Amino acid sequence: MNDISALQSVREAAGPLRSPAGEKPVTPLTEHVIEVISDSGEGAQRCGQALGSIAARMGNGVWTVEIIPAEIQPPARSLAGASGNRVRLGSRRITNGGDQADLVVAFNEQVLLGRVRANELKPGCIILLESMWREDRDPAIAASYTETHDQLAAAGYRLYEIPMERECRSLVDDPRRGKNMFVLGMLCSIYSLELQLARDQIAFAFRKKEEEVVKSNRKLLEAGYQWAEANLDFKFRIPAVRATQPQIVVNGNTALALGILASGMEVCAMYPITPATSTSHYLSDVFEKVGGVVHQAEDEIAACCFAIGASYAGKCAVTITSGPGYSLKQEAIGLAVMGEIPLVVVNVQRGGPSTGLPTKAEQGDLLAACFGSHGDAPKVIMAASTIEDCFYSVITARKIAETFNMVVVVLSDANLATPQQPFPRPEFSETWLAPPVDQSALSERAQPYGWDAATGLARRFLPGQPNGMHCLTGLAHDRRSHVAYDPESNEEGIRHRSLKLAALQKTLRMPPVFGGEAGDLLIVGWGSTQGAIEEAVERLRAEGCKVSSLHLRFLQPMPAGIKEVLHRFGKVMTIENNWCDRLEDEVIDDTNRRYSAVATLLRARTLVDVDCWSEVRGQPIKPGTLYRVIREKLEKERQRT
Amino acid sequence: MNLPVTECLLRLYEERHDLEDYAGGVPRWCTGCGDSAILAAVLRLCRDEALRPEKTVFVSGIGCSSRFPHYMGTYGFHGIHGRALPVAEGIKMARPDLHVFVNTGDGDCCSIGAGHWLHAVRYNMDMTVLLHDNQIYGLTKMQASPTSPKGLRSNTTPRGACLDPLNPLTVTLGVQNVSFVAQAVDWIPEMLYGIIAAAFHHKGFSFVRIIQRCPEWLPNIFEPWLNDPQRILLLTHERGMQVSAGLARIYKNQQTHDPANLDRAREIAARADPLPVGILYRNADVPRYEDMRHGGQLRTPGFVRAGLEAEFDKFTVWPQEAETETGPAA
Repeated sequence: MNDISALQSVREAAGPLRSPAGEKPVTPLTEHVIEVISDSGEGAQRCGQALGSIAARMGNGVWTVEIIPAEIQPPARSLAGASGNRVRLGSRRITNGGDQADLVVAFNEQVLLGRVRANELKPGCIILLESMWREDRDPAIAASYTETHDQLAAAGYRLYEIPMERECRSLVDDPRRGKNMFVLGMLCSIYSLELQLARDQIAFAFRKKEEEVVKSNRKLLEAGYQWAEANLDFKFRIPAVRATQPQIVVNGNTALALGILASGMEVCAMYPITPATSTSHYLSDVFEKVGGVVHQAEDEIAACCFAIGASYAGKCAVTITSGPGYSLKQEAIGLAVMGEIPLVVVNVQRGGPSTGLPTKAEQGDLLAACFGSHGDAPKVIMAASTIEDCFYSVITARKIAETFNMVVVVLSDANLATPQQPFPRPEFSETWLAPPVDQSALSERAQPYGWDAATGLARRFLPGQPNGMHCLTGLAHDRRSHVAYDPESNEEGIRHRSLKLAALQKTLRMPPVFGGEAGDLLIVGWGSTQGAIEEAVERLRAEGCKVSSLHLRFLQPMPAGIKEVLHRFGKVMTIENNWCDRLEDEVIDDTNRRYSAVATLLRARTLVDVDCWSEVRGQPIKPGTLYRVIREKLEKERQRT
Repeated sequence: MNLPVTECLLRLYEERHDLEDYAGGVPRWCTGCGDSAILAAVLRLCRDEALRPEKTVFVSGIGCSSRFPHYMGTYGFHGIHGRALPVAEGIKMARPDLHVFVNTGDGDCCSIGAGHWLHAVRYNMDMTVLLHDNQIYGLTKMQASPTSPKGLRSNTTPRGACLDPLNPLTVTLGVQNVSFVAQAVDWIPEMLYGIIAAAFHHKGFSFVRIIQRCPEWLPNIFEPWLNDPQRILLLTHERGMQVSAGLARIYKNQQTHDPANLDRAREIAARADPLPVGILYRNADVPRYEDMRHGGQLRTPGFVRAGLEAEFDKFTVWPQEAETETGPAA
């Protein structure tokens, strides 16, 4: 309990105050981080997601993060069992989950204590705690509740004990399952959200259930709202800019699936794996509506080969996986590279190596993506950095795959998979879609690998095209796709497959530098860390620090011009959610330090002495952490010069 | 003749090809290799069925058998070890209009690709699978395979293989949705051709195990069956294979077997001596995965757009004015 007793500000816990509705002062806020946590199965996740959607409809910036226990059925009331959602609401666009929570709703004191110990709560923050445990029949539970309550109150948290379940008892048969909507109602009152939007949201969330379910949930919602209006002594408002454009509110995995729908791809082959699978859940439900097929293969290798077969004979196909599955697909990916078969591989990264952290965030697969598969197997690596990016990346990946006859890997990670963030509803474009399968006759002289000397590109021959008959092979081959072991043919094939990456690179634009065009320090990142990095950079720039950031979407090939940007800054450091050796460790020095993934790539590519900072805590990197890290780096560099 | 118009149009375009039109590269198999007999039968089948070379794909994995597609004049896909079946499934899913053949060996299918094999039987996609079973790894120079007889001395079993061989027929017949299983030997061309033709005509996953001689590594292993026709059991039936008079004179050991009888097929499959040759099982009623999964919708951009916009609607947060009338998820 050190973390609690160490807190200085001991305030008196404010008890519930009865004040007539409408008389409470409303405190305006620019943003707030809210957590709703429970044992798993009690509905805190649904409550948090609904809150996010309602706030998005109000026009607020929103980022929601799932809080997931490590086990499927953790014991009830356990420290590690917290399940729920973090919702960060703001007046402006929100790009990440933020630092510590400002307000927490907890269904029992143990899950709450778990979050306190994980240092996820702001000192002195507001806690709304289910009070039923105080009178629990089990004296041990009642004692544990009282003890925790008193300690937290003594540590300065603003605790409100709320009889959530008791209030729901008169409304529904199973109050344990219904109180999440009661809590949603309370939060709507607390944050001055329109109750009608919440009613609509409930109708949407339970659209597949009977009318009765919607009705009883609305009753709970309204009861929670009224209870908070009547009993809580505080109320907030986060002013929102009313959206003028329709927005889409989805998580990253759903955005990936929507991207697959929009790309015109027709076959998605997959094998269940966390955290990628929810993409396929959603896609399985809807892909057939646009004529697509989700094939759940017998294993990861089969999923990749199925996609390769479908791609070889028709439109580009996609396979979706996470770390371990990605490792299994490597040989098949090499075949697609060798045969020059377009293929999109989505890797929603998780913690590794081996089984690692299945539900947690990490960016550990970049180098495996770039250099995986034996031999020289050039492929395109893209990384989505926002929820919106998940959608568009897939469309772009399909286009590149079919234009260059290459494997395109799209990296996402667990920090994009489940968070939700609104983005402008995309305007459909026919150019997103794959063209129809070419069945026209080929010239009799045409060669299946008629490599262009400058770009390495060759026209793809599709089964069904007269005169195009050839045997595609994973063996070294010549332009006619004949097996060729001679030195010249081998080099020629490898050279042309490599040239395609360079040709693609000529078409890439540099991403914009966030902040100033030059300065003391440039932070380079990729993937899901963009929001946190830019938030930290913005804070530091507001304090006068000359720091900027660059976020890469194409990792292989990298756009031209990176080196030039790097040279405009005194120092360059990458920030990544993967491992790099720490110089504090006694045996680590310049000669043996293992750098983070993008740092390794940038050092090799630019010969700039790129430093790196990383964390592998399985969690999204927090902007507050980065603020401190970058400030320390700037300080250290200042002392050195 | 009362033919649909589309069929008449197809007939207008009907083409005839010679055997050479289906031939690709010069086979590099060893002299006397049983694969050559399979190639001859398949070339004949393509000609007799007038398959359009551009509409036909041979898919293989790795091994001596898997060089097969290189020797065809059709489209071919010579992939990676053990994965011919999932590749072929992807091809069939994307392009049901193509004729899909798979050439695989006892190592490719029954060892490294065994998981795919079982599931391919379950999917029952329309393709003809030829298992070139020579009971040895040939390309990697004589290692025991899962179908090698117990006691076989090889480079990896110098004191003799200690395990009983896996029986590809009983395994296949044990899998749910099995729809066609047959066995052929490379040295009876008439039966080999007839069985492959029957497999081709079956709409579903047709699995043909072909006992195939390897003159390089196991030159004599099938000699007892080769030299004694009594040790071959021809399975005949009016709905199965019929045997010519000439063949019947040599192979007198025959048995009438109805390919609809799965229990009986399993009993026959379990026998190695005499070696059954013919169609063990056929069931045309097993549904095909590609038929179940294909919506049959013409994917026009308008169709895709309509589906996509409907999904966007589910997740759209409309600006306040527009929302009041319709609600968020109308």
